Amino acid sequence: MPTIKVPPVLRAQTGGEAEVSVEAANVGEVLRGLVEAHPGTERQLFDGEGALNRYVNIYLNDEDVRVLDGLETSVSDGDTVVILPAMAGGRY
Amino acid sequence: MASGADFIQRAKGEIEEIQPSQANEELSADNTVVVDVREQHEFEERHIPGAVHVPRGHLESRIEQFVPDKSKRVLVYCASGNRSALAAKTLTDELDYTDVASVAGGITLWKDRGYETVVPRSLTQEQKERYSRHILIPEIGLEGQLKLLDAKVLLLGAGGLGSPTALYLAAAGVGTLGLVDDDVVDASNLQRQVIHNIERIGVAKTESARIAIEALNPDVKVVEHRVRFGPENVIELLSDYDVIVDGADNFPTRYLLNDASVRLGKPVVSASILAFDGQISTFIPHDGPCYRCLYPTPPPPELAPSCGAAGVLGVLPGIMGLFQANEVIKLVTGQGEPLKGRLLLFEALRTEFTELKVKRDPECPICGPGAAELADGELGKFPDYEAFCSGAPVAVA
Repeated sequence: MPTIKVPPVLRAQTGGEAEVSVEAANVGEVLRGLVEAHPGTERQLFDGEGALNRYVNIYLNDEDVRVLDGLETSVSDGDTVVILPAMAGGRY
Repeated sequence: MASGADFIQRAKGEIEEIQPSQANEELSADNTVVVDVREQHEFEERHIPGAVHVPRGHLESRIEQFVPDKSKRVLVYCASGNRSALAAKTLTDELDYTDVASVAGGITLWKDRGYETVVPRSLTQEQKERYSRHILIPEIGLEGQLKLLDAKVLLLGAGGLGSPTALYLAAAGVGTLGLVDDDVVDASNLQRQVIHNIERIGVAKTESARIAIEALNPDVKVVEHRVRFGPENVIELLSDYDVIVDGADNFPTRYLLNDASVRLGKPVVSASILAFDGQISTFIPHDGPCYRCLYPTPPPPELAPSCGAAGVLGVLPGIMGLFQANEVIKLVTGQGEPLKGRLLLFEALRTEFTELKVKRDPECPICGPGAAELADGELGKFPDYEAFCSGAPVAVA
């Protein structure tokens, strides 16, 4: 099963889980699997139309899915899907 | 038995000796190599332009590194022409160099005749001691240390990330450190902002940092920019610096910095921290991706908790800030591989690193092909800045 790495900003919605494993054939299914298991994450990942929010970066292992096949990118056992949030902190 | 003077005299009779005037004429020829065979301190004081330095004591072991082609015209000089005569004889008789001459009267006569010399830059005795552990590393060495001393680095923020970065860059001998921060030291800063201290609570962070840096290394010139970084001052602030270190606490500043630094062609070492997690990457304009290639759109407030109050593990900015300092040193000295096109994530709780690839976005509005048409006033603009980050200064005109 592929594993999703949940960023800290979404962990409140996953009950503190940092990694969630989901049975899925492509990146989109992985993310929808996460939403199914933890509905609180939906609003932060997808817009009202069901498309991935523009500010959410998704990586399959170390590669941005934007340069692969986006949500259609197929996944295999042992793959890691990283949800990458932009963070701004530093000076405070 | 012959005296030393006789021996030198005899050597001079067996080699080619040329006058400074002739040496000066030959100096510019492509085939000519000038070799200074004096000691280190003599070479450092003054030498003939373009001369390579091979002390006579190391002649046999080192000359081939500097002059591998034994058919080259080799002009050897020393202080007065004696050591160079002996060196010329060794090069010809023992090492098979075929076209060697010694400059009569050495650099003393050369200088008296009015020919050009250079006084090379070096370090003071104190600096040699202070930076000795750098100088011992071949990748840094004297040359790298001089580059560090010449470098001008701007730190955005003298807080969590800026504190360790500034301290270590100062210790490393970065000659000019600009600090941009309009805040004052607060007791709650001291859990991680190690450049400040109890005595300086209430003092401007730029001033507090300057005091700490000056106490650590008098070689460093600290430039205090006690302002809020914004569209009205961004170009002016960045212009004087070689490398920018981004430790800002809000998205408008990060996008504005990115857009202006790409415009000015300045590399940015960017890190951010939250709770137990850190991110770092180095953005080199037009050579690698920029911040907007990585994050085309800023997230809304609920996914960007830095807009409000959020905690951070005290050591985390220390770790990430020193990764930034490491990037700066590599950029300045030209050594190693910067984090270009790579985003490094660090999770302190698990002590885990993840490296992600970042590609240039061919449609990036800032570093893509259409960017040149963007007016300066458009830099850092987002139509919905105010909406997504009400607590932060708004970079829209």
